[in-house]
Amino acid sequence: MDNSNNKKLLFSKGIDNAFISVSKAFRFTALFFKEAFKRPFHLREIFNQCFEIGIKALPLITLTGFVVGMVFTKQSRPSLEEFGATSWLPSLMGIAIVRALGALVTALICAGKVGSGIGAELGSMNVTEQIDAMEVSAINPFKYLVVTRVTATTITIPVLALYCSFLGLLGAYVNVHSVEAISIVTFCQNAFSSIRFLDIFSSLFKSIVYGFTIGIVGCYMGYNATQGTRGVGKAANRAVVLSIFLIFIEEIVIVQVTNWIRYF
Amino acid sequence: MENTELHTINKDESVISITGLYKSFDDVQVLDGIDFTLLKGENFAILGKSGSGKSVLIKIIVGLLKPDKGEVIVLGQQVDKLNRKELDALRIRVGFSFQSSALYDSMNVYQNLAFPLTMNYRDLSKKEVGNAVEEVLESVGLKEKLYQMPSDLSGGQRKRVGIARMLILKPEIMLFDEPTAGLDPITSNEIIELINEVKKQNNASSLIITHDLTCAKNTGDRIAMLFEGKFLKAGTFKDVFAMDNEHIKGFYNYNFIQ
Ligand SMILES: Nc1ncnc2c1ncn2[C@@H]1O[C@H](COP(=O)(O)OP(=O)(O)O)[C@@H](O)[C@H]1O
Ligand SMILES: [Mg+2]
Repeated sequence: MDNSNNKKLLFSKGIDNAFISVSKAFRFTALFFKEAFKRPFHLREIFNQCFEIGIKALPLITLTGFVVGMVFTKQSRPSLEEFGATSWLPSLMGIAIVRALGALVTALICAGKVGSGIGAELGSMNVTEQIDAMEVSAINPFKYLVVTRVTATTITIPVLALYCSFLGLLGAYVNVHSVEAISIVTFCQNAFSSIRFLDIFSSLFKSIVYGFTIGIVGCYMGYNATQGTRGVGKAANRAVVLSIFLIFIEEIVIVQVTNWIRYF
Repeated sequence: MENTELHTINKDESVISITGLYKSFDDVQVLDGIDFTLLKGENFAILGKSGSGKSVLIKIIVGLLKPDKGEVIVLGQQVDKLNRKELDALRIRVGFSFQSSALYDSMNVYQNLAFPLTMNYRDLSKKEVGNAVEEVLESVGLKEKLYQMPSDLSGGQRKRVGIARMLILKPEIMLFDEPTAGLDPITSNEIIELINEVKKQNNASSLIITHDLTCAKNTGDRIAMLFEGKFLKAGTFKDVFAMDNEHIKGFYNYNFIQ
């Protein structure tokens, strides 16, 4: 890690450094899988982290989920009205929220709140030598800090996405109900009428991937923070930017693959 | 080189033995051929100005940094050749007190001290952990601060908790990184006394690195001066400062003007 600058450059300094960062990030991720299945598991710390993530993200997800569902319904109504198809509104919202919005909205909120939090926390532990302090007390800081946090985001964010979808549908129902007297049971029947098992599975898979991404990126940035307090802010910032970027790429890939499977 | 007398020492009595140690960052040669032995039961102080590579040296001793070249043997094991498990086993026997104390800022004093213990000895009962924490906290004179957060402690108190956290694993070697840096003279003296006290209590060997002449003089049985990556001289305080060397003299004058 320290000696990489003593080697001859392959291309230019910038390109070489980019390759070095990518390979470092891959090694970091590989180390996660190597350490995650070894004892001790620090279950309590994982539980604490899950709880903390939930507390951090819950208010914003509640608000955003509900508002997105409501506003999306409101905005879609005029277009459907043109075709006299407002009765499709519940099923349209079901598709939109379950297939796309729930997982994505949750991931973006968590990238901002949870990812940056992890980046800042580990970053400050790093620059104040707390990670080194664990190391010299014969505690594996990667296991205690990184594995627990990444596991926690991978578990918690899918649950939050489910919750977000639920609130989105609730928001949609509130809007639909304000115009048409439709019971919640009928609304739900309509909303889920065009949702397949594949949709739910792919959304769940997506949010697991997003959860992992947010955790590992936040940890990576924090773990590699340098330059004192300024580095901590940088780590938090980079964690958000990189994880959102990766989430969009993952979204595109997973949606594409899901469509292939759907029309196979 | 002037540190020949280090080589006449019987290697069997050594707990740390370093030969031909080199370490550089980028193009800067920080350690440029260090030879040094820490004997069982002695206090050794390494004196050097800021940026001379003192921290790098002790970080290499606990395996936080890897040497470019040279042999670092701690308690009979070559540090940079150990795997994770062996290294952890060694690190339990070697305590490290950080310059910045490096207390876990999300944990209170009790948790800071209990953490290394519970992580390394998983079958200890709550009571045993509590007793051990109280014992080390008492030995550093901070019994009443059990449930405070590190951010509510003074610099000197944080240093004490840091030292207590090192003591709780009952190390055979204690490494102190600038134990008196950033402290007022009175608190400095208290920490110096504490270092001598805990060393006696634990029957351990200590390595104290510092830029503080008073600290080096009052804690070190032997001292060495680190300058431009090499030891200028090792011996008793008197020996070292009797030497007619401008860097040593410079250090002496500087410390007295302060
Ligand atoms: N991880 C590192 N990467 C690059 N340079 C480092 C690193 N650690 C220390 N250095 C450099 O090594 C030199 C010695 O540092 P250090 O051992 O911390 O000095 P001190 O004697 O004050 O403890 C300094 O010039 C510092 O910039
Ligand atoms: Mg230092």
